[in-house]
Amino acid sequence: MTPALEVVGLTLDFRQDGRALRVLDGVSFRVDAGRTLAIVGESGCGKSVASLAVMGLLPENATVGGAIRLAGRELTSLSREERRMLRGAEMAMIFQEPMTSLNPAFTAGEQVAEALRLHQGLDRAAAFAEAIRMLDRVRIPDAARRARQYPHQLSGGMRQRVMIAMALACRPKLLIADEPTTALDVTVQAQILALLDEMKRETGTAVILVTHDLGVVADHADEVAVMYAGRIAEQAAAATLFARPEHPYTAGLLGAAPGEGERGERLASIEGTVPDLRAPPRGCRFAPRCPFVISGCIAEPPPLAEVAPGHLSACWRAPLDTVLGQAA
Amino acid sequence: MGIWLLRRVGQVIPTLLILSILIFGLQQLMPGDPAVILAGEERGDPAVLAQIRAELGLDRPVHEQYVIWMSKVLTGDFGFSWRIRVPVSELILAKLPVTFQLASMAFVIAILIGVPLGILSAVRKDTPADWAANGVALFGISTPNFWLGIMMILLFSVELGWLPPSGYVPLFEDPAQSLATTIMPAFVLGTGVASVLMRHTRAAMLTALSQDYVRTARAKGLRERVVVWKHALRNALIPVVTLGAIEFGRLLAGAVLTEQIFTIPGFGKLIVDAVFNRDYPVVQGVVLATALIFVVLSLIADLLYMAINPRLRNA
Ligand SMILES: Nc1ncnc2c1ncn2[C@@H]1O[C@H](COP(=O)(O)OP(=O)(O)O)[C@@H](O)[C@H]1O
Ligand SMILES: [Mg+2]
Repeated sequence: MTPALEVVGLTLDFRQDGRALRVLDGVSFRVDAGRTLAIVGESGCGKSVASLAVMGLLPENATVGGAIRLAGRELTSLSREERRMLRGAEMAMIFQEPMTSLNPAFTAGEQVAEALRLHQGLDRAAAFAEAIRMLDRVRIPDAARRARQYPHQLSGGMRQRVMIAMALACRPKLLIADEPTTALDVTVQAQILALLDEMKRETGTAVILVTHDLGVVADHADEVAVMYAGRIAEQAAAATLFARPEHPYTAGLLGAAPGEGERGERLASIEGTVPDLRAPPRGCRFAPRCPFVISGCIAEPPPLAEVAPGHLSACWRAPLDTVLGQAA
Repeated sequence: MGIWLLRRVGQVIPTLLILSILIFGLQQLMPGDPAVILAGEERGDPAVLAQIRAELGLDRPVHEQYVIWMSKVLTGDFGFSWRIRVPVSELILAKLPVTFQLASMAFVIAILIGVPLGILSAVRKDTPADWAANGVALFGISTPNFWLGIMMILLFSVELGWLPPSGYVPLFEDPAQSLATTIMPAFVLGTGVASVLMRHTRAAMLTALSQDYVRTARAKGLRERVVVWKHALRNALIPVVTLGAIEFGRLLAGAVLTEQIFTIPGFGKLIVDAVFNRDYPVVQGVVLATALIFVVLSLIADLLYMAINPRLRNA
C-alpha cells in the first residue's frame, strides 16, 4: 500500500545573515492512511519545521531538499500554486496555539466555511451549513450558534475543535497536529486527543501527532518517530518502541537506560544538552550524551537502519539488548 | 453603550470649557484694539471709540465678557461678526462645507495612496518596492505644503494650463469645475496624511502578517492575495481606521494654510481674515466649532473601532 505520506531524506536549511543553518539533516518517516504517527523529541529538534516543510508553509529563507510524497505524489517538484491547492484539501494542519490560530475578525463558521468554498466550490450558504455540520461533528454543542460566534467568545478547547473541524472539512489524506494540546488543560487535552482518534477512525485520515509527551504517544500513536537534533533517531510501532527501544536516546527518554533516574523522569534523566545546530557533532549527534558511546559513533553518523522488521534505529550499537545486558 | 456614550460626552465638556477660556484669554493678548480697527476713519474720535466699546461690551471686565459670551454660546448663539454684522453661525455654516469638501477629497486621496502603499511595503518588506514606498512617505511628510502647492500651480496651471490656479466653485453649482478647483489643494493637503496612513498601515500589516491566524489561512490553501487582503488587512485596519478619523480632523485644521495658497474661501480664509480684523466673535466661533468637530470625529473613531473589532462589539 502506498503510504499516505512518505518523507525521504528531508533536509532543511535556513539562510540567515548570509549563512545557512541546517536544521533538518536527512529526516525520513512514513505514515499510512488511518494511522497515527507520533513525532517526539525535545524542543528545538525540528518537529515543527518538518511539519511545515511537508505543508509547504516555511518562510522564504528556507531551502528544502529530499522527497515528500503525499499518497505517492512528489510534492517538492510541484509549483507553488499546485502546492497551495493541496493545502486544506489533501493535507491540513492544526497548531499548538488555539488561542491565536483563529482569525479574531471572522466567526468560527466563516473560517471553517472558507476552506469548503475554496476547495469544494460550495457557495456561501452551503459552505456555512456544511461548516455547522463539521462543528457538530467535532462535538461542539449548539454548533449553529457557535458558528456565528467570534474566536474570543470560545474557550481554548472549543477553538481547537474549530481548528480540527476546519482541517478535516475537506477530508484530507493527511492531518498534521503540531502539539495540539500543549496549550490546553489536562482534561481538555484528553478530549481533544480522543476527538482526533475518533475523527481518524471515521475519515481514514493519516495523522501526524507532534508532541513531546510520551504519555500521549503511548495512548494515541500507532507508530513513533523519535527525533534528535534535526535527525530521526528511531522509528517503530509504538508498542515495540516502548517495550524495546533501539536507540539510547529513546531509552533515555523512557527512563529505561541503566544507571539513569527513575522511570518517568523522562527528558531530565539524560545528562548533557542538545547540540548547537551551528556546530553539530561530526558523527552521531547524540554521542556526547550517550552512555554507550564508542569511537565509531564520534567518527561517522549512523544511518537509519532496520534492526528488526519495521523497527528503524540510527545507532551504531543497535540492537541494544547486548549492550544493555552488559551495562546492567 | 448609552452609558459609554454619556461618559465620553461627559469627558469632553471640561475640555471644551478650558479651550473656550484659552481662546478668550489668548486673544486679549493680541496686539491691536478691535474698537480702533472697527472705527476706521473715525479712529481718532474718543467718543466714537467709547461708543463702539460700550456696544460690543468691551468696556466690561474680561471675565464678564467671557460669561456673557459663553452663556450665549450654550444656547447656540455664537453672536455676530463685528465687522460684517452677520451671525457667526451663518458664516461658519457657509464656509464649513467648502473646507469639508477639501478635507474629504484630501482624505480620499490620502487613503487611496497611503493604505495600498502601506500594504505593498509590508508584503514586500525589505525589497526595492518597500524602500520606494518609504521614500514616497518621507517625501509626503517632509515636503512643505506651500512649496508643493506652488510647484503644482506652476506645473499644472501655469505651464500646462490644465487646472485653474486658484478660486473655488461650489460643488452643487458645477461639480466638474468644483473638482478642478479643489483637486490640487486636496492633493497637497492629502500627501502628509497619506504618509502617516502609509506608515501605520505598514506597521499594522507587518504585525498582522506575523500572526498565527495568517499561517492558519495559508494552511487552508488560500491564495496569498486573500491571505493579505482579507485575513491580515481586516485586522490591520482596526488601528488604522481609528487613526484615520483623527487624521481627518487634522486635515480640517491643516486646510487653513492650503486654502491660503489656492485662495479658497473656506474655514481657513474665514479665520485668517477674522484674526487680522480682530473680529473676536468669529475667531472664537470658528475655533470652538473646529474643536467640536474634532471631538465628534474622535467619537466616530471610537465607534468605528468598536464596529470593526468583534472583540469589543460582543464584549
Ligand atoms: N524561521 C526560522 N529561521 C531560522 N531558524 C528557525 C526558524 N524556525 C525554526 N528555526 C530553528 O529550527 C530548529 C527547529 O525548530 P522547531 O521545528 O520549531 O523545533 P520543535 O521541535 O520544538 O518544534 C530550531 O533550532 C529553531 O531555532
Ligand atoms: Mg514545535
